[in-house]
Amino acid sequence: MHLLAIDWIFLLEKLILIVIIISISLGVAMYSTWWERKVAAWIQDRIGPNRAGPLGLLQPLADGLKLFMKEEIFPASSNKILFLLGPCLAMLTAMMTSAVVPWASHLHIAGRDVPLQIADVNIGILYVFGVVSMGVYGVMIGGWASNNKFSLMAAVRGASQIISYELAMGLALIALVLHTGSLSLGVIVEQQAHQGYWNIVLQPLGFLIFFVCALAECNRTPFDLSEAESELNFGYHQEYSSMKLGFYLFAEYVNMFISSVIMATLYFGGYHIPFIHIADPNFAALAGFIFLFAKTAAFITVFMWIRWTVPRFRYDQLMNLGWKGLIPLALINLLITAVVILLHTQH
Amino acid sequence: MQSLTNRSKPVERKPMTWVERIYIWNIFKGMLITGKHFLKKKPTIQYPEEKRTFSPVFRGVQVLNRDEEGRERCTACGLCAVACPAEAITMEAAERKPGEENLYREEKYAARYEINMLRCIFCGLCEEACPKDAIYLSETFAPANYQRKGFIYGKNELLIPDPKTQAQELAKARGQL
Repeated sequence: MHLLAIDWIFLLEKLILIVIIISISLGVAMYSTWWERKVAAWIQDRIGPNRAGPLGLLQPLADGLKLFMKEEIFPASSNKILFLLGPCLAMLTAMMTSAVVPWASHLHIAGRDVPLQIADVNIGILYVFGVVSMGVYGVMIGGWASNNKFSLMAAVRGASQIISYELAMGLALIALVLHTGSLSLGVIVEQQAHQGYWNIVLQPLGFLIFFVCALAECNRTPFDLSEAESELNFGYHQEYSSMKLGFYLFAEYVNMFISSVIMATLYFGGYHIPFIHIADPNFAALAGFIFLFAKTAAFITVFMWIRWTVPRFRYDQLMNLGWKGLIPLALINLLITAVVILLHTQH
Repeated sequence: MQSLTNRSKPVERKPMTWVERIYIWNIFKGMLITGKHFLKKKPTIQYPEEKRTFSPVFRGVQVLNRDEEGRERCTACGLCAVACPAEAITMEAAERKPGEENLYREEKYAARYEINMLRCIFCGLCEEACPKDAIYLSETFAPANYQRKGFIYGKNELLIPDPKTQAQELAKARGQL
């Protein structure tokens, strides 16, 4: 009976962790919509939602309820299965990335070391990339299955944008990986804690490229021309209604949350708190978790701040920036990093 | 070409500099501007809780006046109805019976006096036309209603509180309390 000797506690522990992380991601995404509306309002000298509950905090619930109550429409000429699959894929890929993120250091519970990371895969970054590039399918299938030329064109725009910015993003990351020597996100965070400074110090240009590409990957302004809610017929989810539309919009916010977490992890030390050493491991883990969240919230706010400041790029400008701007820049960054590391190891 | 005004400026057609072309600096400048607005005090007035005060010459909903002894001033002469460009005012006159001297100031009074607030354009010509100082435009507006008939204001809505028997309400309506 060796096969059935499963570590049940381990399984339970992971299950609880998965449930917690998924609900946190969804909760954060929910309140990101509220925060987005608040930030937009404040930037435009308005007050923003303040009627539903104190400070309008129940607004996301009201919005969700509204989306649920809307009529579910399948366009007559659409491919029903793919039409349903589109938003599901968008949501799935948005949620899957959170599996490899180290949320905090270890917890000590009843003599066990509980890592606050669902899976410390040694190819963490690669996994993130794999999943993120699958996000294209959500956009593409949604646009394709709608059987509407505007949706399809928007989906093509979105897909080509995501694919072209993934290149620069990957190149920016390779420069970072040259330094860390590991693809595991857990190891990268530990390394930053160990070396005493964050990776942003070593890779400021790489971070900038990564940040711009993250904006493009999340379809956020100034790269939201696959969606372009204000003039291009709402992009690839033009035919969507009810909670299917809600899933697309929600997936965008989940994506934003996850990419903020990844940025905080890769370049800003993750859960590492500088200059402070906490002895108690449980308390340290909790503090680290909160600190990671603070960094993430700051990134999300900057995302929103940019959205309500910068107008949308034109398609040719987008491609120019991606192919002629960011990719050469990322290559130069990679080259410089490689040379510096080579010189460093020789001495 | 000679310009028509001295305000015209020649369009700059210089090619963008390197700093301008990589956008980053300009985006940063834009974010500083929006950041300033982020922290600004908002000019919004939260309507049902906060209300903007109207100017003293604001022409709002009409009121029917009473004299110091609380008698209705209106004599149903119909001049306001004639003056009304929107034809919003209708009335029916009646004769004062003996013993009603404390209610009506003169022998003739308006038994029914209605203003249709959906028709009224708040021009104030009724106020100007009235020889008896009986109708005035107040500083409030007609609140929303669910039905059209709710906007036809009769004497119940229009008459001010009696200064003798309802002094408190009158002071309140005048905003003195």
